[in-house]
Amino acid sequence: MSDIKFSEETLAVAKKIMARYPEGKQKSALIPLLHLAQAEFDGWLSPETMDYVASLLNIQKIEVYEVASFYSMFNLKPVGKCMIEVCRTSSCWLRGANEVIQHLENKLGIKEGETTTDGMFTLKAVECLGSCGTAPMMMIGAQFHENLTFDKVDAIIETCKNEGTRKTYLDKVVVDNY
Amino acid sequence: MGKKILLAHDHVPGIQSYEVYRKHGGYNSVEKAIKTMTPEAVVEEVKKSGLRGRGGAGFPTGMKWSFLAKPEGVPRYLVCNADESEPGTFKDRYLMSRIPHTLVEGMINSSYALGVNTAYIYIRGEYFYIVNILEKAIEEAYANGWLGKNILGSGYNLDLYVQVGAGAYICGEETALLESLEGKRGNPRIKPPFPAIAGLYGCPTVVNNVETLAAVSYIVNEGGDEYAKIGIGKSAGTKLISASGHINKPGVYEIEMGITVEDFIYSDEYCGGILNGKKLKAVVAGGSSVPILPADKILTLANGEKRLMSYESLADGGFGGGTMLGSGGFIVMDETTSIVENLFTFARFYHHESCGQCSPCREGTAWMEKILHKMMDGHATLADIDLLWEIQSKIEGNTICPLGDAAAWPVASAIRHFRGEFEEYVKNHGPESIVKRLTA
Repeated sequence: MSDIKFSEETLAVAKKIMARYPEGKQKSALIPLLHLAQAEFDGWLSPETMDYVASLLNIQKIEVYEVASFYSMFNLKPVGKCMIEVCRTSSCWLRGANEVIQHLENKLGIKEGETTTDGMFTLKAVECLGSCGTAPMMMIGAQFHENLTFDKVDAIIETCKNEGTRKTYLDKVVVDNY
Repeated sequence: MGKKILLAHDHVPGIQSYEVYRKHGGYNSVEKAIKTMTPEAVVEEVKKSGLRGRGGAGFPTGMKWSFLAKPEGVPRYLVCNADESEPGTFKDRYLMSRIPHTLVEGMINSSYALGVNTAYIYIRGEYFYIVNILEKAIEEAYANGWLGKNILGSGYNLDLYVQVGAGAYICGEETALLESLEGKRGNPRIKPPFPAIAGLYGCPTVVNNVETLAAVSYIVNEGGDEYAKIGIGKSAGTKLISASGHINKPGVYEIEMGITVEDFIYSDEYCGGILNGKKLKAVVAGGSSVPILPADKILTLANGEKRLMSYESLADGGFGGGTMLGSGGFIVMDETTSIVENLFTFARFYHHESCGQCSPCREGTAWMEKILHKMMDGHATLADIDLLWEIQSKIEGNTICPLGDAAAWPVASAIRHFRGEFEEYVKNHGPESIVKRLTA
């Protein structure tokens, strides 16, 4: 028996989400719950984590596996504390996304798709993140970093290193300064 | 200055908050709809307005609403499509994060019109930070009596929830979105039945884009006839355009449909001209899926008139010489851009995002990426251009959902309009260039 279990606070959030759907349709909570699980259990979904989510929703394990493997935001292998997702699609490419990726590869000493040996950074090239007007851009956790220059990238990496914490999609961040 | 409807107050400080939004007329339309109009009357106004789906397809909203089945004792659902993932498109992001209440208000009016008591906003996972903004707005709307039980004492109930996705372009297709909302893989459903008959949980459902739903409030306030007066012909109203690429002022602009493309690209009110004073080479006018057009064709119609920013004018010339307004994702490319390499980023995108259900799309998108990659690696021959053309023609029309077409059109249009550049590219990058050097 695995000891994977949500904290009390997270379990309360999960229960609240499950109550949003009609009776018998709690499977609708699967994707939100996988997000909660990924954020709580080291940034990835282990088989044990997925089995735990299946038990919460009272569904078959395969129903969780097939969903977790379909969506690109779910990691089925361990990743670094900071996953750097650089957009590479047209508008970002036009404004220098390839150069940003190359700069990060040189700076971190890894190739796209790899994780640094200290487990701090994973570098991933991703498809359009809806930041085309502020290209090039990268996302770390929930935070969008936009209008990137090499200097800006360097400063962001420094900050991540100094903070040393895991960044997740559930982080409360302010992206647009209105 | 064109008429502003959705972004009339986007620069008001604090407009994200309920108090400021309300002070600027927010939620007046809900009061009007619920207190003075029947649901049918709201649908009627939307029909009269000529509002068309702003997510990309441009289908008349009022007509879509009138298809909704209303069997007794079966719940109906309204789902807002906030999955915005079409490359080049970021208007819904701007609208939701800047003026979240405008979506909430539009959804209350629309739910009332459709007799819906539970509505969901399905938002792409990468927009997680906007989930927090929307949930705060929804909380404020509940606290002030615009959501929940017995709204404004009318006996009408509505619950509104935000549902988050997890990274899948395909979930912007409405039946894939519903699958995802049911906790499954985003595989599009075979239609019919359409969601209006059997949608979420098998119940009658309407799926509308963020911008479409937000526009409903103005229609309730001012009437469908007033909305229809804005814009040009069947392109009624305003459209949010996401402008990106090689321009001086990228961003989201609300335009009154009917301004010229030239004005949109070069005037200081909008894109402000091409970056670094370079020349315009090509434009993808409505998100990555629509045909790319070279500068002369995007600016001018075949008859010599200026092309306009409207559904009809952008489509003028059919697929041979025109394009589509689509989602309004307007990507501008200057004279230095390689059409071949840009197309590679699109082909890679569609390959990555194909759900894998239909073989023409699953296999075809992979081959298109592979061939373009081969061109960039310098191993392609001129025959590969024909092969690329052949593959795209076999995807189009042969898949359950429009992703197949969306993957084929950029390839077809790039070859159609820039065949010479493809030939040059292959000659200068591939085995042909070696032959050229050896025989020189």
